[in-house]
Amino acid sequence: MNTETKQEATAMHMPAEKIVPQSDLYTRETTTVRTPDENPGPVRVSARDVSVFYGQKQALFDVSIDVPEKSVTAFIGPSGCGKSTFLRTLNRMNDTIEGCRMTGKITLDGADIYDPSLDPVELRARVGMVFQKPNPFPKSIYENVAYGPRIHGLSRSRSELDSIVESSLQKAGLWSEVKDRLNEGGTSLSGGQQQRLCIARAIAVSPEVILMDEPCSALDPIATARIEELIDELKQNYTIVIVTHSMQQAARVSQRTAFFHLGNLVEEGPTDLIFTSPVEKRTQDYITGRFG
Amino acid sequence: MGHTVTSFDEDLNAIDRLIHDMGDLAGEMVVSSTRSLVDTDAALAQRVISDDTIMDARQRELDDRAITLIAKRQPVAQDLRSVVSAIRMAADLERIGDLAKNISKRVSAVGEGGAPRSLSHSIDAMAQLVVAQVHNVIQAYEVRDAERLKLLRAEDEKIDIQYTGIFRELLTYMMEDPRNITACTHLLFCAKNLERIGDHVTNIAENAYYVTTGMQLPLYRPKADETSVSG
Repeated sequence: MNTETKQEATAMHMPAEKIVPQSDLYTRETTTVRTPDENPGPVRVSARDVSVFYGQKQALFDVSIDVPEKSVTAFIGPSGCGKSTFLRTLNRMNDTIEGCRMTGKITLDGADIYDPSLDPVELRARVGMVFQKPNPFPKSIYENVAYGPRIHGLSRSRSELDSIVESSLQKAGLWSEVKDRLNEGGTSLSGGQQQRLCIARAIAVSPEVILMDEPCSALDPIATARIEELIDELKQNYTIVIVTHSMQQAARVSQRTAFFHLGNLVEEGPTDLIFTSPVEKRTQDYITGRFG
Repeated sequence: MGHTVTSFDEDLNAIDRLIHDMGDLAGEMVVSSTRSLVDTDAALAQRVISDDTIMDARQRELDDRAITLIAKRQPVAQDLRSVVSAIRMAADLERIGDLAKNISKRVSAVGEGGAPRSLSHSIDAMAQLVVAQVHNVIQAYEVRDAERLKLLRAEDEKIDIQYTGIFRELLTYMMEDPRNITACTHLLFCAKNLERIGDHVTNIAENAYYVTTGMQLPLYRPKADETSVSG
């Protein structure tokens, strides 16, 4: 497949600004600098030597990382560094991109998520995703949340479904704002509310892991603060991985931070350490705004 | 490597320049204050006292700049470390200025008789050592020389040893001749102030080391001030 068609295929699934022309700078590098937590928690998601190719081009080089459960792990790095690409391997979203190929191993609770016998739809219920732009279905608020539990057969009756919808909206901090207008369209909500609706939709199928790809970049500061507050609450019960361009956001919401650059995982460690005394010079140059 | 936003670098440099200026001023004040006491030079003493106003003003300017920079730029990593440490170092330098001023204020108290030359030799030597430490620490900070900062911190021990020596010496003079007591007491405070200045230099070295390496020096610090035991 030629590059143009590949890019078109990519463009269908990724926002245009994410497609960065690849240069020769993308090469495999030496090992990642890792600083473990003082008291490491149990690992939920584990990636080993994950490489991703878009056609002939390699976008990710041998990324290995453990994501601890019930905590927030942030992926940071400049555009085109591979952080979103890597995030999307965690629930096999890259499967939908034509010409995208992946090597290496990713396990969820010890089980290989690329096992051919595993249904990607089932996987995506266990590993939910929230995108940059809120993308509610063109249906009612109620239906947006009820859709997932319904297709996954998580409820036996209407009342059970009602309670899933209510508890999901509550967990997403949206219930009090929408409880009287559940039948109105999801798109009638404000941007921040729509994003919380999408989070409620992700939560409704009882996922174990929630992936967030720049969930606040289309929101104003107040809506952003509410999402960050929500992320902080959600981490009590869920394992969260967030990609963000806002370094301050990564510093605020995450417990661990991984810095990607040119397709390599450069450094990963406790967020407190990454933002006060990073080990790698490139990490330091990036987070302090000295890049390029 | 400079920041993509160059005015960020300018803001950080302005803070570093203030630390440099305050360091120079602190060094001058320590030299002049001891000189003024040893020579009973009232005019020089007065200059030190007015220099302290400049020192205070610089510290305030540094605080303002640092707080504005944090508010505007949200610095992280080495930038955050250097801004926070600059605030602390400025506070130490400001205290050094206060201690020097305190020495100079004693000139009028020592009075007409002045301090006998023989009594002030050791103080002179101690002052020189302290001044060298003040200059060295600022220099080592400017070039971000972690090893030298670590050494400087250890060298405070020399000042402490000298202080212990002076303490004993002055005690001896006072026992020899009670007429020495007034002058000796003032010189003793002067020596104590110099010893305190050494401690502030140690603090600055610790902060500068943290800026440079991102790591804290171990809490243990050599201590050789035995006056509390021998006194």
